[in-house]
Amino acid sequence: MKPVKTPQQAAENIKDGASVMIGGFISCGRPSEVLEALFEKGVKDLTIISNDTSKEETGIIKLVLAGRVSKFIGSYIGMNRIMGEKMKSGEVKVELVPQGTFVERVRAAGAGLGGVLTPTGLGTAIAEGKEVMTIEGKKYLLEKPLRADFAIVRANKADKYGNAFAAGSSKNFNVAMAMAADTVILETEEIVEPGQLDPEKVTFPCVFIDTLVPVAKAVMGRN
Amino acid sequence: MDDHMRLRIAKRIAKELPENSIVNLGIGIPTLVTDFIPEGKGILLHSENGFIGLGAAPAAGEEDPNLVNAGGQAATLVPGGCCFDSSMSFAIIRGGHLDYTVLGALEVDEEGNLANYTIPGKFVPGIGGAMDLSVGAKNVVIAMEHVSKHGEPKIVKKCSLPLTAPRQVNLIVTEMAFIRVTPEGLVLEEIAEDTTVEEVVKKTGAELIIPEKLGRF
Repeated sequence: MKPVKTPQQAAENIKDGASVMIGGFISCGRPSEVLEALFEKGVKDLTIISNDTSKEETGIIKLVLAGRVSKFIGSYIGMNRIMGEKMKSGEVKVELVPQGTFVERVRAAGAGLGGVLTPTGLGTAIAEGKEVMTIEGKKYLLEKPLRADFAIVRANKADKYGNAFAAGSSKNFNVAMAMAADTVILETEEIVEPGQLDPEKVTFPCVFIDTLVPVAKAVMGRN
Repeated sequence: MDDHMRLRIAKRIAKELPENSIVNLGIGIPTLVTDFIPEGKGILLHSENGFIGLGAAPAAGEEDPNLVNAGGQAATLVPGGCCFDSSMSFAIIRGGHLDYTVLGALEVDEEGNLANYTIPGKFVPGIGGAMDLSVGAKNVVIAMEHVSKHGEPKIVKKCSLPLTAPRQVNLIVTEMAFIRVTPEGLVLEEIAEDTTVEEVVKKTGAELIIPEKLGRF
């Protein structure tokens, strides 16, 4: 059984200088309440690892505007102007990664792999300084695993062991991130007894989840 | 460019998609292709944020926060659609299981090099799925205006902007021309009904191979 915590309790161990993965694709499957607790806590010098920075008024950008984020690793920052401006001014160091490479680097870290060989990025600025390997006559770029101290991920329903279901396109980066951090905090809209979640509908096996945080149901476009 | 021209590009690309193909549409003009895909051809749209079977936008009040398109807007799933995580989604893309990707572009050149993710110092939205899509899809179709806002050719001899992917573009469709990228160079296969070969050549910054028989669209 996994501990059930409030967002504040779950955020307690996230200290200055921590690296934090945040699941979600724009607003979909995006954790919110633990991020809010992280903001209230005043923690700083964070490395945020997330596909995108979502909308201007939401979690990651709130942290960025408060000067709490020193580095961002993700694939897209175009949903709002803030991150682009902070990148230009040098306030936040931004590492842009192709989206497929991003998720596979995270998955590699969680799957015990030493990296990923991908054709994506060959012949582009992404390849600069990286090793190119030829396997069976084809060239690939060596991309290293990406892990974090914490991952904050999201599901619709979880049982008390931490088995969880994420509907539709809300699975996105949550699944790989749940594998790739030392401590994994799952925001879930519902917690049920073991046996109440269809084992065939488990998106994340319980082994990856450390803490359950019950949260309000997602609202379209909000997070 | 007015809507009529944008729709013309989308309509021509939709005609190109074979039966039972899996297609990913980028943001902008590519998204408009959706409206011209005929029913009954078994074509399914892949959305890189995690599903196959992207349907029409939902009615107001019917939005599901757990299902959005690659632009983050509310989406629907067609019957026969399926959902997966991002790792699976990009395995589909990168693994060569996606038949077509339709993308916008800032520049495309004679070798099929594509630049569509950044203008250094001006425009840095990020890469998103563009690099994986252009490297992984079996067919890469570019849907774009023939010239930039400033009237400069977007089809050029050699891309000057940072590349999204080298040598991956197969087709370029603009409001003026339908151009196939071949090992010999850019072949102008069709021109729009309201233009001439001379006009297309004038507005193209690259060499065009012009076959004897030219189609119209």
